[in-house]
Amino acid sequence: MNFQPEHELHRRRKGRNTGVGLVLAALIVIVFGLTYVKVTSQGFRDSAPAVQEAG
Amino acid sequence: MTDASLHSASRDTEAQFGDYFALLKPRVMTLVVFTAFVGLLAAPVPVHPFVGFCAVLFIAVGGGASGALNMWWDADIDAVMKRTARRPIPAGKVAPEEALALGVGLSGFAVLLLGLATNWVAAGLLAFTIFFYVVIYTMWLKRWTPQNIVIGGAAGAFPPMIGWAAATGGIAVESVLMFCLTFMWTPPHFWALALFMRGDYDNAGVPMLTVTHGRKATRVHILAYTLLLAALALAIAFTGAGGPFYLAVALVLNALFIKGAVSIWRRDEDDAEADNFAVERRFFKLSLLYLFAHFGAILVEAGLDRAGLSLNPGGLW
Repeated sequence: MNFQPEHELHRRRKGRNTGVGLVLAALIVIVFGLTYVKVTSQGFRDSAPAVQEAG
Repeated sequence: MTDASLHSASRDTEAQFGDYFALLKPRVMTLVVFTAFVGLLAAPVPVHPFVGFCAVLFIAVGGGASGALNMWWDADIDAVMKRTARRPIPAGKVAPEEALALGVGLSGFAVLLLGLATNWVAAGLLAFTIFFYVVIYTMWLKRWTPQNIVIGGAAGAFPPMIGWAAATGGIAVESVLMFCLTFMWTPPHFWALALFMRGDYDNAGVPMLTVTHGRKATRVHILAYTLLLAALALAIAFTGAGGPFYLAVALVLNALFIKGAVSIWRRDEDDAEADNFAVERRFFKLSLLYLFAHFGAILVEAGLDRAGLSLNPGGLW
């Protein structure tokens, strides 16, 4: 539990900090979504055995 | 930023999230999003919807980043023009260095992620667009030549080409013609604006055609570019991106646009002053509908194609 009163600076920058937080959350969703789409795509699955054989 | 500056800023001058977003020129971004989306869907290669969404997003972020870099470089002239004086840097909300950092950071981010999400041809085109808009247009030619609008228009014309490249991995006649459509549309659109928004560019010392060559020459230029634009716009109808629906839309709009350009060309300054530039204002409004309807018609043709209802398979009709 924090007994310190909220600093005026934090109140002033609340909107900006919330915005940056939402942008970062959106970035995580985008990178996760792109990874999922790429990994489950037909092209990726077709190339997987060839990579294993080459290795 | 020093500790002192953190505490000395008042609520009025404190940059909010919206001020940083305003650096990305959101109104220009809507055009970028729409035309990139059309380029992506008009391409003959289907794209996974999430990849397509990300591609358009990264193209928009790249366009926004170049807008931030433009505002960083042009802060001095933005401050003296009525239209731009309230932008975040001249208004004192965002420091120029912050705009520079945001622009460079988002440019790298957008290009890299577009390359990873789609392909490096699309990413290369996006990188070139940012370079072209910031270095060639903003830093070099904008304050030097009255053809600045023509050259700047090229940067705004790339998004449909990038969208097409994101889907196909290459460049085609259709994507080049979509580029030409926005490229040739930009000069008459902005010169019409310059005719009735007098004074702003004179004060800033930007060599607009209206200032360097006079208003009569600007009227002639509007007509010449409108005629060239009409030829290019109609040519799209006979490619894979066009079709009968697009042709019908293009015929109507180009007839109206040429009629407007001829009216502007036939007027002199006394006529324009008498009705407070009514014809020029109408032409400017029509130009917004013109571009939206052309790309909208390409989108409809792409939709018909996907639904198997196209009357123009492969652009051979």
